[in-house]
Amino acid sequence: MAPLPGFGMLKGLWVTFRRLVDTYRVDLRWRGKRYRSSEGLQDRLSYKTRGIFTVQYPEEKIPPPENFRYVPFLVYDELEGGERKLRCTACGMCARVCPPQCIWITRAVDPETNKPLSQPAEFVIEADVCMNCGLCAEFCPFDAIQMDHNYELASRDRWSDLRFDLKKLSKPASYHAAIHPLRDQQETLERAGKKEEGAA
Amino acid sequence: MTEAPASVTLSDLAQRFPEWVSADGRPGYQGDVVTAGHLREIASALKTDFGYDLLSSVTAADYPVEELQDVIYHFSKSTGGQPLELKCRVPRGEPRLPSLVAIFPGAELQEREAWDLLGIRFEGHPDLRRILTWEGFEGHPLRKDWHEPYFNEEVKPFKDRWPNAKQQPAEQRTVLKDNLKFPPGFNPEGWLQQDDEALYQALKREAVDTPGLISDRIIVNLGPQHPSTHGVFRMAVLLEGETIVSLKPVMGYLHRNHEKIGERNSWIMNIPYTDRLDYITSMSNNFGYVTAVEKLTGVSVPERAEYLRVMMAELTRIASHLISIGFLLNDLGAFYTPSLYALKERELILDVFERVAGSRMMCNYFRFGGVAADLPPGEIERIRGLAFERLPRSVAELDRYLTDSEIVRARCEGIGILPPERALAQSVTGPLLRASGVAYDLRRADPYSIYDRLDFDVVVGRHGDVYDRYRVRLEEIRQSIRILQQVVDGIPEGPILAGKPAWSTRVPAGEVYGRVEGPKGELGFYLVSDGKANPYRYHVRAPCFINLTSLAGMCRGHKIADVVTILGSVDITLGEVDR
Repeated sequence: MAPLPGFGMLKGLWVTFRRLVDTYRVDLRWRGKRYRSSEGLQDRLSYKTRGIFTVQYPEEKIPPPENFRYVPFLVYDELEGGERKLRCTACGMCARVCPPQCIWITRAVDPETNKPLSQPAEFVIEADVCMNCGLCAEFCPFDAIQMDHNYELASRDRWSDLRFDLKKLSKPASYHAAIHPLRDQQETLERAGKKEEGAA
Repeated sequence: MTEAPASVTLSDLAQRFPEWVSADGRPGYQGDVVTAGHLREIASALKTDFGYDLLSSVTAADYPVEELQDVIYHFSKSTGGQPLELKCRVPRGEPRLPSLVAIFPGAELQEREAWDLLGIRFEGHPDLRRILTWEGFEGHPLRKDWHEPYFNEEVKPFKDRWPNAKQQPAEQRTVLKDNLKFPPGFNPEGWLQQDDEALYQALKREAVDTPGLISDRIIVNLGPQHPSTHGVFRMAVLLEGETIVSLKPVMGYLHRNHEKIGERNSWIMNIPYTDRLDYITSMSNNFGYVTAVEKLTGVSVPERAEYLRVMMAELTRIASHLISIGFLLNDLGAFYTPSLYALKERELILDVFERVAGSRMMCNYFRFGGVAADLPPGEIERIRGLAFERLPRSVAELDRYLTDSEIVRARCEGIGILPPERALAQSVTGPLLRASGVAYDLRRADPYSIYDRLDFDVVVGRHGDVYDRYRVRLEEIRQSIRILQQVVDGIPEGPILAGKPAWSTRVPAGEVYGRVEGPKGELGFYLVSDGKANPYRYHVRAPCFINLTSLAGMCRGHKIADVVTILGSVDITLGEVDR
């Protein structure tokens, strides 16, 4: 039997109408708490969500998942007495694996003996060239370079603001642990294991 | 990974043409070398007598030491099986070769690409102009002695990055304007006219006379910035009234010479670069590249990693088809309501990618011998929710919403018909080919990974029109959901990577052609390794690019308003077309 002419259109319009009704239905069920609350945000992001799902950026932001990667930073440990110790040893692994070659490392040299030291004198990442692939963090043998979660890097001056030097790149280990809790835990375990191996 | 069975037809070919065909003796190389003068006879014998009806890929490689250039052909059977590789070795100073366009029209754009990037002259090609670069381009960039304007070093990693780096932006190292070169006699000021004249002449040559009222023909340029062309893409059309007489796609506005970058990169560096080919389907691009490299290295992938790969590839296919369906409706004039319904579902898939791989679109998730990361805690339940609850429901909703709509049917049925013979001849692959009724899906035709163990159907259409392409994509989403459900249920525990993570990969010398069924068609990678840390030759067989060969034929005779719809149904991504 041939369907009535126009029936297909009506069927389609019913879908849009259901969507419209769903939005109000869900909003009423949440009693206005669907917006401006983190539970409401989680609901809008979940696969169970119905109705409208807009996230009002920048008033509210989707919390990045742990694996999210953006322009990397360098981790320093805070020693007793407030001293900052960069984990980086200037081994150059990240610079060698970097696909767009945006990492520039100058290794520090002992001014007396002229021997290379295992720390960077300068470390530059061209944030405008970086493709956020995360290979540097993946292959760093000292867990010294990690991918950041801060994606709001818009700037008016590419030459100065997007040239990330040591000062701009260095962030405390506590920050790393806060944004990558699982990864930090695993790295700490692995480092402890390595130390034991070395001692034995 | 299934081992390549001994190809019977190759020896048949050598038996049939003993004087013209010889095996490629270089270590690690496969296929046969044929003499350039007899290429046409051999190709037509392959097509008519051996059943190789699909010319998968045409590319070339430069060997300056031997003063030779290889032109490499991969032929496939639409009934399935391994591809057959043929090579012609031509002198580098005078690379001339008969064109295969008359036998395999699918060679048209690919031969133009090989001319543009490597300088191979295909004699008898109807329209051998540059395709990805412009007329004012000096040289052929994929030749080994060609250097890009911001040239730093032959291969990465560059020595000035570590340990004594002095950071300087590329534009300051080599100032643009100092490094501009033009071909001799080329006048950049008067260029626009020259360029378009050649294009318009080609348009007029291909015009077919229509019986009836003779009227003045006019040339209209759609693009390069037409809002519904999915990117910077241009179509020059010759019109008679409102009817298309002939059409020429013009592309390359997004060209960055992906393949040259790929030859400078080390093997692993190419994985994030493949993300940027077809940026809608980055997981599939990763899949194709690592499949090809793994064929060379011979590494076997752990079971769990195979499941994760297939899971991600099928999620990608769903996301890509959703975009295709949603934006086809945009092209029909249903502004943004259907496409946003589709995008919402895709967004949920991209959230999975972000949690698993770290990025929504530039996933960089696959590694040689496995994947980069395991699923985070609780993720499998979310994917299960998508596969069993959310996606089946939303596909049913899209189906209810669009399939029976009288407007969709009136605009799509009988438009842009691509008959199966022409689709095969023009090397069309993917949903576009299947909508024409050819059940050619590499997941079945030349199985890779664990697809031979999974239960799903190859979807085909009957008429090969825009409506069938829409239906095929919708049904393929359902099949992908079926695969996804099996994978979610069956995923085993275990390692996700063979061996330790390695930043440099040892790849034995040789060549390989690896391919997967991407959402847009056959995504192939032709790689040559010389045993060093970088690929010697890195070629992408881009399905979007090759599918465009069929565009002119599909549009001819239709009204100009339908061209946009037909282009939408081809489903191209300019990141892959232009590379």
